[in-house]
Amino acid sequence: MQEQAFAIKGVRDGLLISLDATAAWGTVIAELAAHIDDKSSFFNGAQIIVDVGERPVPKYELSSLKALLERRGLTLWAVLSESSTTVDSAEALDLRTSVGGLVPEHSEHEDEMSIDPEEIGTPGVMIRRTLRSGRTVHSGGHVVVYGDVNPGAEIIAAGDVVVWGRLRGNVHAGAEGDEDAVVCALDMMPTQLRIAGYLVTSPPEKRRKPRPEVALVRDGQIVVEAW
Amino acid sequence: MGAKVVTVTSGKGGVGKTTATANLGVALARMNKKVVVIDADIGLRNLDVVMGLENRIVYDLVDVIEGRCKLRQAMIKHKLFPDLYLIPAAQTRDKTAVSPADMIQLADKLRPEVDFILIDSPAGIERGFRNAVAPADEVLIVTNPEVSAVRDADRIIGLLEAANRGPGRLILNRVKVDMIRKGEMLSADDVTDILAIKLIGIVPEDETVVPASNSGVPVTLNEHSRAGQAFRNIARRLNGENVPFMQLDDNGSFFQRLARLFGQ
Repeated sequence: MQEQAFAIKGVRDGLLISLDATAAWGTVIAELAAHIDDKSSFFNGAQIIVDVGERPVPKYELSSLKALLERRGLTLWAVLSESSTTVDSAEALDLRTSVGGLVPEHSEHEDEMSIDPEEIGTPGVMIRRTLRSGRTVHSGGHVVVYGDVNPGAEIIAAGDVVVWGRLRGNVHAGAEGDEDAVVCALDMMPTQLRIAGYLVTSPPEKRRKPRPEVALVRDGQIVVEAW
Repeated sequence: MGAKVVTVTSGKGGVGKTTATANLGVALARMNKKVVVIDADIGLRNLDVVMGLENRIVYDLVDVIEGRCKLRQAMIKHKLFPDLYLIPAAQTRDKTAVSPADMIQLADKLRPEVDFILIDSPAGIERGFRNAVAPADEVLIVTNPEVSAVRDADRIIGLLEAANRGPGRLILNRVKVDMIRKGEMLSADDVTDILAIKLIGIVPEDETVVPASNSGVPVTLNEHSRAGQAFRNIARRLNGENVPFMQLDDNGSFFQRLARLFGQ
């Protein structure tokens, strides 16, 4: 079988189709159309990114490719090219010309996912002051306090709570039921500490040396250990 | 020169706001400062009693704000200090008779005339408190070495910070050195550990304070009173002077440590 004029691979944002930059455009498109018709269940509803390499593609050709894909139930989402003509055409059709985390390097035949170095993390709020009596913080994510949490202050978070200071108020981590949530503090003396549905209070204060500690749920109860 | 507006507040009642205000007013007047003290505790006035001016009241704060008298007419001159005035609270009205904007306007009218305006705040965190702190350049928070008073002071400091008026400075009042030594009372260290604000003075418990207040002669006029001395020192610090903290303890160890921490 003769080598295909295009290569297809799955990427995070859909299917990346790289078209041969030298073969005649009409031939390439006809082959692609036939291939899609052949494997329609594989392509079904996919979001398509087309990489045309260095080929300058005028707007009317890109437009007809878009229509061709749409007739087959596919969405042309982005066009990648080193040619400024092609980029202009794509922009005129409101198509994206770059895709985050996916560089149009020409190694399409290696069937591997691109590796995104960006660590996404989970959201939360940062409080850059001491929370005094009567102040409250509610968060659907995590809460980080750069300061103390005084008696009478309250933190309620769906996620974790980290106190870079003394924790002496009320704190509820995993307030929406997450038993994996943790509470960390440089000096852990909360009035009341809750994680998901569990609750503990601090033992009466003795003169002790403050040390960083973390509270978590283990075997159905809250345990506090050195951080 | 504009006056400095200093509001004395606490959150909890009975910790010595009015005593502190009267004593600081008198102590500043002794330093030849022009001072107006304003009682913002409308409905529960008593700054006039502590300053011995009760029988001279004709007009009050609400009369000034509602335009029934001129500002000068409500300013009662002190018996001993011609540059010390009191604007008393109304006894028959409540806090809603005055708004924070009224207080700012009043303070602005007084500013060009004097060096210090001291405002005695009512207890609590409601309207009266907001009236009292509205015109403040500096807030002094009075507390006692008791857990409940410290908790309320913390709440007040939080409200001041949230309103960008904070953090203020702390007067630790009625400190009993022998009880601290026995571990029965919070030490100044314990208190500042929680509140984390600057201390402007520590006032020892002193049996001469109550009779002085009752007779309308603030204790700071008594040269032999330790509490009086503490208030005189606070007045000087308020005036920008560097005054070392008093040695409250004879064997010294604890307060020496304190003086090193907050001193000069």
